[in-house]
Amino acid sequence: MSSPERPAARAAAVACRALVKRYPDVLAVAGIDLTVDAGECMAVLGPNGAGKTTTVEMIEGLTSPTSGEIAIFDNVWGRSSKGDRTIRSLLGVQLQETHFQEKLTVLETIELFASFYEATRSASDVMALVALESKATARVGKLSGGQRQRLALACALVGRPSLLCLDEPTTGLDPQSRRQVWEIVEAFKAEGGTILLTTHYMEEAERLADRVAIMDHGKIIALDTPAALIASLGAEDIVEVLADRELPLALLCALPGVGNARVEAREAREAEGASSQIAPGGVRVRLSVADIGLTLPALLALAAESGARLDGLVTHRATLEDVFVHHTGRALRDG
Amino acid sequence: MADPMPDKRQPRHHGALATLILARIRMFLREPASIFWVFAFPALLAIALGTAFRDQPPDPARIGVATDGPALTATDLASLRGPSLVLELSPRALLDEKLRKGGIDVIVMPGPTPDSVLYRFDPQRAEARLARFVVDDIIQRGRGRTDVASISEATEMPLGARYIDFLLPGLIAMNLMGSALWGVGYGMVQERSKKLMRRFATTPLTKTAFLLSYVLSRLAFLAVEVAFLVAFGSLVFGVTVQGSVALVFFVALVGVLSFTGFAVLCASRTASVEVVSGFINALTMPMWLASGTFFSYERFPEAIHPIIQALPLTALNDALRAVINDGAGILTIAPQLGVLAGWGLLAFGLGVRLFRWR
Repeated sequence: MSSPERPAARAAAVACRALVKRYPDVLAVAGIDLTVDAGECMAVLGPNGAGKTTTVEMIEGLTSPTSGEIAIFDNVWGRSSKGDRTIRSLLGVQLQETHFQEKLTVLETIELFASFYEATRSASDVMALVALESKATARVGKLSGGQRQRLALACALVGRPSLLCLDEPTTGLDPQSRRQVWEIVEAFKAEGGTILLTTHYMEEAERLADRVAIMDHGKIIALDTPAALIASLGAEDIVEVLADRELPLALLCALPGVGNARVEAREAREAEGASSQIAPGGVRVRLSVADIGLTLPALLALAAESGARLDGLVTHRATLEDVFVHHTGRALRDG
Repeated sequence: MADPMPDKRQPRHHGALATLILARIRMFLREPASIFWVFAFPALLAIALGTAFRDQPPDPARIGVATDGPALTATDLASLRGPSLVLELSPRALLDEKLRKGGIDVIVMPGPTPDSVLYRFDPQRAEARLARFVVDDIIQRGRGRTDVASISEATEMPLGARYIDFLLPGLIAMNLMGSALWGVGYGMVQERSKKLMRRFATTPLTKTAFLLSYVLSRLAFLAVEVAFLVAFGSLVFGVTVQGSVALVFFVALVGVLSFTGFAVLCASRTASVEVVSGFINALTMPMWLASGTFFSYERFPEAIHPIIQALPLTALNDALRAVINDGAGILTIAPQLGVLAGWGLLAFGLGVRLFRWR
């Protein structure tokens, strides 16, 4: 069969090649190659303005790339209107921001979206899936933020998509609503669905994603499984120290158990903030350590020898956030 | 067969279109403000204007006779007390005051010679000139003048010649234009600014089905709108449809299709309610005035009549009036239908071409 009635098991769900999107004032996507395998969940992680949304909107067919090519289950966007319609029938989309008609009910909204597709789930199945059965006859205008987000997911799922594209599905939601969204996404994945989601929450990427693409300034700067990305730091834990004077980098690297060390001048905003009494010239030290039990006593000894006073010391298990910091020198939320 | 898989995945356009139309009808019915503008507003306007300009017998002439100074003869005074006049007996100074303000039409007083009568009135006022002839006729007859010619009158006017008969088709046309432009234009811009259009764009829903849903949902209301206004005019003002009622609906249908074409054009790329409101106002305001909604465009200079007649609202007004007031058939109004269809196709075609989901 030549026509893609159901995607063949081998076909990549998404294959982007040399994708570029240039706006008059900014290069939003600076040439990326990204493949999402059928049945996997790929999270695109990055700060605001990294190009995540532009990338996803090109994959959804909402924005046309300046150059490069996108294939969804072997159908290349823009080849023919029939091919484009085939792609649209395979997609389930939740945009970062959609306001459904407030005068329609939940059931009416879901049935409206169902009418656009050939193969659909029943509205009651979908409402059960997103736990909105009790709201079937409620007007959309009366829903809470979390309920609206679940309605958006219901509309994305009702057309039996093969690929679910979610753009920051949990931004602005309370922790309980966020967990509900995660459970819906996990259920879709358990049925064999493919998911592409953008997020700037590392917990979300770590929980949902099989692989994570870290984006910054329109480029993918790292791409692997969450475990492999964290392992690439060569560290189990991260130690952060605020010291009031310079600590030599060479000595820090030579401490037992340290895989990677980074020393930077303390930023101006800290100096202006609560700790303004601290003398200028202090440093922030970040150590990626394999064995914190070995490193910590040696670090304290080094500080004492150097005559440095420690204003703070924090340790935590290495996360995707640390991977992002390792690659960019910035925190995810810094934007 | 060229295509081995004849469009099995083709979305159910029929289902999508019908469901979208149904959703739009529901949204309309759940919006009290739109119900007001479509039904209550034209009815209130018809009541207000129909009452202000209703046909009524002319007011009787108001005559003043002074109670001081030289008196009229008893014969003349007796004639003036007849039923067709309103007679006011007051001091001369007060009468002059009232004459100046239009409270009375003519002051009747003895003339300079014994048998003569003097009429004092303002010739600039039409009702004063009319009153002068009415009062003269009564005085002359009272003194014994007889008519030399025998007179008979024919005062039945043709049906559909009253102001309300003229007004009602104009109100129907205005309402169809307004509900088509605002209903569709506003609705499209709102769905674009809510980013709902972008969401639709990621589904297999086609642009044509999407735009048609706006046009066709308007048609569902058209029947109700026109039926309501025609029935209202008939029950409240006795406006009767001289021609075929089916043809009235057909003209309305062509008119609505034409104006929804303009609406799609106005809203094809607009994402702000303010901008689309500006477009729609710029389109409708001049036509309300020029196209003969409230008064006939015959009052404008003849030279610009061809321009006025080329406007879609004029064509709709003229076609509706021809059918409702004059009982015209479809061939008589073919030029107006042509103007409407031409504008509609042009605007809709351009709108579809310019249309963007975002």
